[in-house]
Amino acid sequence: MKALRNFMNKVEPSFRPGGKWAKLESVYDGMETFLFTPNTTSRSGSHIHDGNDLKRTMITVVVALIPALLFGMYNIGYQHYLAIGNSHEGWFTMFMYGLFAMLPVIIVSYGVGLGIEFIGAQIHHKEIQEGFLVTGILIPLIVPINTPLWMTALATAFAVIFAKEIFGGTGMNIFNVALITRAFLFFSYPSHMSGDEPFVKVDSILGMGGGTVVDSFTGATPLGQVATSVGEPAMTNILGEPISCLDAFIGLIPGSPGETSMIAILIGAVILLITGIASWRIMCSVFVGGLAMGALVYALPSHVYPASMLDPVTQLCLGGFAFGAVFMATDPVTGARTKVGQYIYGLLIGVFAILIRVYNSGYPEGMMLAILLMNAFAPLIDHCVVSSNIKRRARRVATKE
Amino acid sequence: MLSKKNKEALFNPLSKDNPVLVQILGICSALAVTASLEPAIVMGISVICVLAFSNVIISFLRKTIPTNIRIIVQLVVVAALVIIVQQILIAYNYDVSKQLSVFIGLIITNCILMGRLEAFAMHNSPWPSFLDGIGNGLGYTIVLLIVSFFRELLGSGTLFGFQVIPDWCYRHGYENNGLMILAPMALITVGCIIWFHRAHNKELQED
Repeated sequence: MKALRNFMNKVEPSFRPGGKWAKLESVYDGMETFLFTPNTTSRSGSHIHDGNDLKRTMITVVVALIPALLFGMYNIGYQHYLAIGNSHEGWFTMFMYGLFAMLPVIIVSYGVGLGIEFIGAQIHHKEIQEGFLVTGILIPLIVPINTPLWMTALATAFAVIFAKEIFGGTGMNIFNVALITRAFLFFSYPSHMSGDEPFVKVDSILGMGGGTVVDSFTGATPLGQVATSVGEPAMTNILGEPISCLDAFIGLIPGSPGETSMIAILIGAVILLITGIASWRIMCSVFVGGLAMGALVYALPSHVYPASMLDPVTQLCLGGFAFGAVFMATDPVTGARTKVGQYIYGLLIGVFAILIRVYNSGYPEGMMLAILLMNAFAPLIDHCVVSSNIKRRARRVATKE
Repeated sequence: MLSKKNKEALFNPLSKDNPVLVQILGICSALAVTASLEPAIVMGISVICVLAFSNVIISFLRKTIPTNIRIIVQLVVVAALVIIVQQILIAYNYDVSKQLSVFIGLIITNCILMGRLEAFAMHNSPWPSFLDGIGNGLGYTIVLLIVSFFRELLGSGTLFGFQVIPDWCYRHGYENNGLMILAPMALITVGCIIWFHRAHNKELQED
């Protein structure tokens, strides 16, 4: 530790104006604050002192994502070995297969995103913001595993530039950057984002796995199957065997890596709630909104909309609903900030997600669009809450006089 | 013929006073017709014609139009010209007129037209008005061309309907970007052009 500190002190002058590496000053600042607690203190006014800075907040979210990440890796391997008819393979092999499948996506996502942020910081002579720490891990979790890497790279670049840097960087963005990445992919390359192919990797990686896919193989996610089913919705796993709500809860079903397991997501939710990073108001109200809308839809089933025959609890377990509710909707930058506003914001996300899922056959998964829509409305909700508060207080003052 | 003032009327709208990039007018049609180059060019030429001739006609009439009904008179002139353009298109280029559908008719409501008639033709003689109409129409057309070039190239892999991205790329996993065909990406493309335009023109930057 001491040696590192001394080294950082030694190289510091060459990064300051006039030094050899003055152009890379923000890189030095970024590294220094990443390694050590910054020793700058406030000079004016009174401040609340808290050791929980932006970096630590971000890292807590990354930690909360680890269960979903690990389970996602295992599930990629599990689905693969199931597809090639070798479901008795050991769990470690399955996990390693998933690890090697996901590693390139993680590297591409961080490489592209951090690269753009570093360049942006150099151009504007600003400190490097650490907002991409979370986004970089969210992207591999919500992008289907078979998406070509160049598409992921392009979408990440698009999202970082047009959803974040243009608005002023970390903390200023209107829309969730990871979701913009997914939305870009979704509308640009729809054939890679839904249907039979995207969610189950069937080719071998580094000599692991690979083989002929069994005859009864179907790669569609349960929600995808429901959207295209006729009559009673029937959900099957990739071998065509029926699955239940419990399977979706445990998570051994095809889907984007992070979204399948409700258990792993709930562990993450507990971490976020105990540390106080995520707003429990938003998280709970998303689930309540989803349940309420799901119950309403379930009460009015229709054969035109097969998803309306799913019971509300299954609705919440399937697809990206839980992942979106826990990790995306609670993003403090793009979500509502007033307490009342957070309830409204969360409820509407839940309601819209189910609404889009059930009544719009083009989009079997509604969570992404629901969150992006409410991201756009969050400032308006906050504005209404604040101004109604002002009005109420003004009235109170007026009656006292 | 081309005094300094006339030159300004003709050339300023191309870049420094571009109706789309600087005055942010006519955005709606710029988004709607730019999915490929051919309809964009036809739309641009139509707007140039309508704008130039309605400017001339209004400029001739400018002293006889009563102020309180001037908008109606302007609309009648523009509408008549738009209908002529539309009929010519249907007669000679039916496919493109189908692609452009209502947007030729909607030239009537294009803000650029009303803006130029009100701001220029009502106060200037016919010849400068004509040049102003040509200039603004060209400025609009240039933007349409740039936007539709990128949208057609990246969205369909073609230019003027001819494939320009080689098969080799498609075989190696390249795919056309479906989002470029949709309106949101048109808006982002226009936004990028405005961004580059302002970045290169210091006098246009506001604080």
